[in-house]
Amino acid sequence: MARRRSRGAILDTDGRGLGSVPRVTTTASTTEAPPDDGLVVVVKQDCPTCRLVAPVLGDLGATVYSQDDPAFPDGVAVRDDTGLDASTALGIDVVPTLLRREGGVETARAEGWDREAWRGLSGVADLGTDLPEWKPGCGSRTHDPEVADALLVRARGHELTARRVELAGLEDEAEALYDRGWTDGLPVVAPTLPRVLRMLAGTTREPADVVAVVPPNLVPATVEKVAVNAVLAGCRPEYLPVVLAAVEAACTPEFNAHGLLATTWGASPAVLVHGPVARRIGVNAGGNALGQGTRANSTIGRALQLVIRNVGGGRPGEVDRATLGQPGKVGLCFAEDEAGSPWEPLSVARGVPAGASAVTVFAAEGAHGVVDQISRTPSSLARSLARGLQGVGHPKLAPGFDAVLVLAPEHVAVFAEAGWDRARFTTELDALLLRPPEELARGAEGIEEGVPEPTGPRPKFRPGGLMVVVAGGGAGKFSAVLGGWVGGQGGSTPVTRVIEEA
Amino acid sequence: MIVLDPTDESRPAARTVGPRPDDLTGRTVGLLDIAKPRGEVFLDRLAELLAERGVTVRRYAKPTFTRPLPADLRAEIAAECDVVIEALAD
Repeated sequence: MARRRSRGAILDTDGRGLGSVPRVTTTASTTEAPPDDGLVVVVKQDCPTCRLVAPVLGDLGATVYSQDDPAFPDGVAVRDDTGLDASTALGIDVVPTLLRREGGVETARAEGWDREAWRGLSGVADLGTDLPEWKPGCGSRTHDPEVADALLVRARGHELTARRVELAGLEDEAEALYDRGWTDGLPVVAPTLPRVLRMLAGTTREPADVVAVVPPNLVPATVEKVAVNAVLAGCRPEYLPVVLAAVEAACTPEFNAHGLLATTWGASPAVLVHGPVARRIGVNAGGNALGQGTRANSTIGRALQLVIRNVGGGRPGEVDRATLGQPGKVGLCFAEDEAGSPWEPLSVARGVPAGASAVTVFAAEGAHGVVDQISRTPSSLARSLARGLQGVGHPKLAPGFDAVLVLAPEHVAVFAEAGWDRARFTTELDALLLRPPEELARGAEGIEEGVPEPTGPRPKFRPGGLMVVVAGGGAGKFSAVLGGWVGGQGGSTPVTRVIEEA
Repeated sequence: MIVLDPTDESRPAARTVGPRPDDLTGRTVGLLDIAKPRGEVFLDRLAELLAERGVTVRRYAKPTFTRPLPADLRAEIAAECDVVIEALAD
């Protein structure tokens, strides 16, 4: 009988790959491969239908594999498939399964006990006369959640090339990961092989693809490496395309992540998600959009920060020289409420095709609220918001740092009801943010800080230095300002990337 | 438990600074202004003091303090100087 190595045997690891789920016995690699020609039956003892058919298996002349108990069934030669190699190679979904192979190819299959089918397939005319005509089978052990991870690692573990680190048995995993310097100070999810493989299932990209060269150490980050950090951050696999796009955007020269990291100022990369992907994966654009409690918001921005920390080598006290920092440095991610907004989405204003998904990465401090519960006219409310924006960096520095204005629904409604669209709002705000020299000059208003010898009115923001987004809960006449950092060539420019696979 | 390393997996050999010269006589000292406000005030004074000691001084400046030193400028300083002093000021 010709022997052929099963797929499982070829792909089997040396045991290192089993991660935390060593429930499949290591006899897997010694499982004898199915014959190229002849009948094969796969059974498990823990299945009433398998026990029912056990007495007739000796009549078949078949190769019998047992998934759980190599001593079952009694009275026939049984091959031990407790490692599930043969079952995986044969694609077994149900036990018992009877199948015929010819020239190494399966030509017929019967699942569960079906007397006529088994008789036809085996050619044994009086097979199972004493048995009922039909009895459904049980699920194959290959689908048992307890072993699915180990099988995943066996099938795809070879695609992972990141260094494998074995934690000692007595190490607490959360402590061990923190001690290795891999976290931002909060606990992380241990990036085991099954978890990273499941994360990689979130993208169509190959694990070895280089996503970006990550500052400050200018290290190429592969899809796999980003996936490892996405696991650490607590992401779900469906977030991975967003994380990949955010990493790509943050590592462009115009975003200047190295400068943003190294500056003593506290801003850090924030991620704004646009388009249908936001709703599909659950990025919050509504109540508490800038706060805690939504997994996508809490983990996507964190994954980007962990990539910069772990892959790029950007750590506080080293290249990160922030004087104070701010809580958004753990990671900040939210979405624009495109469905609820009366305006065209920011992404469309930035050139993304309508209906496409994208991310914009920008430098951001923590949010600073602006209250106006009285204004009912757009001109009054615009003045309030301009005052709120004036404080970015310092009220007397203009142009100073970039910023993002997050308009909550009750505020944007005031403008929409008065017929102001995004462009009109921006124009009106720009006019209000043009500040006179006597207000800005060093020494003016008793404050030494300010613009040195201004000769005319100066805009608070450089052209393109203020982005306006609609997000937030339905109640509250508030908006929020996310101050940024130096914009443009001498600092950081927001970068938008379409998510091709979303 | 086996986990995958999330880092760049490089453990770079510890960087060492070049040997410190015993004195600056006959040496070329580069003064790098990283372009922060008033950095030149500090470097101008250093240049005076070094010149009094007969040291050759060369001046350099980064285009902006917010971005890393351009690689060409780094190579130029390394080729032309024995010692470099960098001014960080505000």
